[in-house]
Amino acid sequence: MYIIVIGGGKVGYYLTKTLLAEGHEVLVIEKDARKCETIAEELGSIVLRGDGCEVRTLAEAGCNRADMLIAVTGHDEDNLVACQVGKHKFQVPRTVARVNNPKNANIFEILGVETTISSTDLILAHIEHELPTHPLIHLLTLKGIGLEIVELKIPADSAVVGRRIRDIPLPSDSVLALIISKSKGAQVPGGDTVLAVGDEVIAVTKPENEPALRVAFTHT
Amino acid sequence: MNIIIMGCGRVGAQLAEMLDAEGHHVTVVDTDPYSFRRLPHSFSGSAELGNGMDQDFLRHAGIEQADVFVAATQGDNRNIMAAQIAKHIFKIPKVICRIYDPIREEVYRTLGLQTISPTTVGARMMKEAIERQG
Repeated sequence: MYIIVIGGGKVGYYLTKTLLAEGHEVLVIEKDARKCETIAEELGSIVLRGDGCEVRTLAEAGCNRADMLIAVTGHDEDNLVACQVGKHKFQVPRTVARVNNPKNANIFEILGVETTISSTDLILAHIEHELPTHPLIHLLTLKGIGLEIVELKIPADSAVVGRRIRDIPLPSDSVLALIISKSKGAQVPGGDTVLAVGDEVIAVTKPENEPALRVAFTHT
Repeated sequence: MNIIIMGCGRVGAQLAEMLDAEGHHVTVVDTDPYSFRRLPHSFSGSAELGNGMDQDFLRHAGIEQADVFVAATQGDNRNIMAAQIAKHIFKIPKVICRIYDPIREEVYRTLGLQTISPTTVGARMMKEAIERQG
């Protein structure tokens, strides 16, 4: 794939390095002359000095044949404009933006940027995942259809311990996809599956039903 | 009308003064408190210190009651992002966005923003002035 990376800071540099190692054709667009020099010295002549939000620079970068544009500068406004210009002026099929303020993700989404990545949210999610006391963990958001995949761990004092799944009242639009238990490993749950302490339940649900789902599995 | 102006530079401050004098309720927002010195003593609107691209701050500045949002900072991309937030998230009926770069201005005009490029306007006016002299 031909991938254009906007922003040659730390994220852009390591991203480019990884993408090159995977065999992709990559071009980095960076404003700062010194950063350009460093990238060129270390990764070869795969860097273009310029403003990645400018139509002229993107044209020079061959944006019309790019398969993907990834904007990873430290400024949300620059990442947004680079993606929009790439999309609307050069018909880049897939645009990805780094979002520094997680609250900006909604405007990127409304404006058609396919993927947003918030390092703040990623770090938060990891912290959530590492905290053993947290009963519900987000695994994946299925943006297009408004669903998410979550993991629940059955606490020792939960009322669902020893009960069959068919007897547990689930909130609407929630489906249990997988049960991982210490004794039996991963199994597709049926109505007769009985839950035990420490079982991990992978469920698909709507974001608004998440609190109800958590209550269903953790209330005492 | 309730009008929010983002950017208290020369243009933003002068626009605020004009609209305020006509009796509109004007709120000027800027990240630099020193910029508010440009507002005249007679200015009866409000000046809010904060980032006009931050949705929480915009709510605090009263964007939900605004009829008009003007993005007039020095940064094209900042103006573009704030204007699109005002238009698409807060559904402000009239949003005006200053974009210096004429090519970028054309892109966003095509995308439905109401844009003004001082570069294009300035150059055209100078050209007209030259031709009038001739």
